[in-house]
Amino acid sequence: MAAKTFYDKLWDAHVVRYDDDGTALLYIDRQLIHEVTSPQAFEGLRIAGRSPWRSEANLATPDHNVPTTDLEKGITDPVARLQVETLDNNCDEFGITEFKRGDLRQGIVHVVGPEQGATLPGMTVVCGDSHTSTHGASGALAFGIGTSEVEHVLATQCLIQKKSKSMLVQVDGELSAGVDAKDLALAIIGKMGTAGGTGYVIEFGGEAVRALSVEGRMTLCNMTIEAGARSGIVAVDQKTIDYMQGRPYAPQGDHWPLAVEWWNTLHSDEGAEFDKVVTLDGASIKPQVTWGTSPEMVVAVDSTIPDPAQESDPVKADGMRRALEYMGLEAGMAICDIKPDVVFIGSCTNSRIEDLRDAAKVAEGRKVASTIKQALVVPGSGLVKAQAEKEGLDKIFIEAGFEWREPGCSMCLAMNADKLEPGERCASTSNRNFEGRQGQGGRTHLVGPAMAAAAAITGHFVDVRSL
Amino acid sequence: MDPFNNFSGLVVPLDRSNVDTDAIIPKQFLKSIKRSGFGPNLFDEWRYLDRGEPGVDCAGRPLNEEFILNEARYQGASILLARENFGCGSSREHAPWALEDYGFKVIIAPSYADIFFNNCFKNGIWPIVLPAEVMDGLFELASRDEPMQIEVDLKAQQLVVGDAIIDVEIDSFRKHCLINGLDDIGLTLQHVDDIKAYEAQRRQQAPWLFT
Ligand code: SF4
Repeated sequence: MAAKTFYDKLWDAHVVRYDDDGTALLYIDRQLIHEVTSPQAFEGLRIAGRSPWRSEANLATPDHNVPTTDLEKGITDPVARLQVETLDNNCDEFGITEFKRGDLRQGIVHVVGPEQGATLPGMTVVCGDSHTSTHGASGALAFGIGTSEVEHVLATQCLIQKKSKSMLVQVDGELSAGVDAKDLALAIIGKMGTAGGTGYVIEFGGEAVRALSVEGRMTLCNMTIEAGARSGIVAVDQKTIDYMQGRPYAPQGDHWPLAVEWWNTLHSDEGAEFDKVVTLDGASIKPQVTWGTSPEMVVAVDSTIPDPAQESDPVKADGMRRALEYMGLEAGMAICDIKPDVVFIGSCTNSRIEDLRDAAKVAEGRKVASTIKQALVVPGSGLVKAQAEKEGLDKIFIEAGFEWREPGCSMCLAMNADKLEPGERCASTSNRNFEGRQGQGGRTHLVGPAMAAAAAITGHFVDVRSL
Repeated sequence: MDPFNNFSGLVVPLDRSNVDTDAIIPKQFLKSIKRSGFGPNLFDEWRYLDRGEPGVDCAGRPLNEEFILNEARYQGASILLARENFGCGSSREHAPWALEDYGFKVIIAPSYADIFFNNCFKNGIWPIVLPAEVMDGLFELASRDEPMQIEVDLKAQQLVVGDAIIDVEIDSFRKHCLINGLDDIGLTLQHVDDIKAYEAQRRQQAPWLFT
């Protein structure tokens, strides 16, 4: 039998049928649902008189719009409230499990799914959200879909798909201490560009990836979409299996050994061929900071901002100029001289317990610089928050001068009250630095959680390894 | 979905690369629970000088005269020229909803973000991919004082620009769905037996997926 890639195995296990032209009907094991991209899908079902194919294959939680303070006041923005209430009503009507506001399990879908064991190795996982790629860290084929497809999965448990090409991103060597999964993700995007992965499913492999915890792999897979690929996957190993064990939705009893037996085959075979292979040297990666309005506009913390005049591609140079103008920065400036106004630690990229531990380690016994107007820590789920509080991380943050918030997407996309004012500059652990992403006119620098905490403490970007 | 008919439309050139879905429709409009009415807020941050909010009538808002969509010669455009990686960013279908609601039926760009590209077809928009050199020529023509019209012929997979004919590639299944305005769900439900058979076999192999 020909050697298969991990992606081949995931794909083959889920094909219901092929059309003559090679389009497949792909079975979906799990759909995650949140309030923003689902109302129109449920409405579509209702109009067509259809019901969900398998209600229990879906799991919902509100995240994008939920406030992260003063929960007892409820959602004061009437439009956001209507959207969250619509989700509640739809889930009730169609018999879908939802972790509603106030439930300890509520949080960002991409934190909640793995945390519950609802996204398991070998599954196909979809959600009306591009960062569904996160779940590839669990060894699942996971990708974001649009609202029409959300409706399609609700109604049929399937999607019409064409197989993507496969790419291996191989990171050899060891990451140096103080360099984390976020730095790795940004370095990969810096190398490949934001369209470098378009049309591919990326498997991340190599020593540096194997060495990451499952949570670190989530950070990495989360940002696959920023490299243009819809899915990123990491082969299943003992760490993945250990991570799943005992989680509420993980296989129980007799099913467990059966599942593990299959999961142990979920990796690329020796000699499997990829359509493209990209290699990086993990040991040479330094902490990364983005300077522009696209995640590929990224450099190491000890560098200076690149000069558009040195860029040979005129379209790129123009994009760089526009970005510098928007960001209020000059070519040649040292990254360490950039002073953020706001620090945001959170989002589906970096709001899991390990991220908060990394940030707390830096914040412990120190104070947020007086020039920082606001420093927010927003845990990814109610359970992450509870765990952090058990470990006393909340106290470390609060003593240092950070605000300790309730779970949600928060300032990652500023759909709730947490947003930047025009011109404000933010050191953010989220995944997108697009114009206006964190509030109109807001300026975002993407960094890892330890780097964000370090920027909060010193008032400027700094190599966290030097603190 | 309405069937996609051949038409001749006015072309507007949006000369920026990496136009992301936040730019196409800013996030404050995502709070809607409807799928129509997003057109007036398409490219909101570029189109208007003030900040757009859901529920606010756009008719009285100050326009950014420098934004190309606001120029008199491009009013009524139904074909959008764009640069590479158009529609990058989130999976939100609000982006094609806004483009469609504004009146765009065709987008022409050298490349698209994957999810956006898919979402277009599901909303009756034909996203056409043309090589960068051809795009440069179209941008030049569309930027003249007297902007150009393109005749779009999906059946023949052709664009007619003046005397020139440009052949366009499109996946046959997608073409079939666009032309007939077919709903994917209806198509898939023709295969109910296959789905059930798959589930039965899968339940044997991986019973934990069905608990
Ligand atoms: S945290 Fe940000 S990127 Fe993640 S799902 Fe929420 S809004 Fe999207």
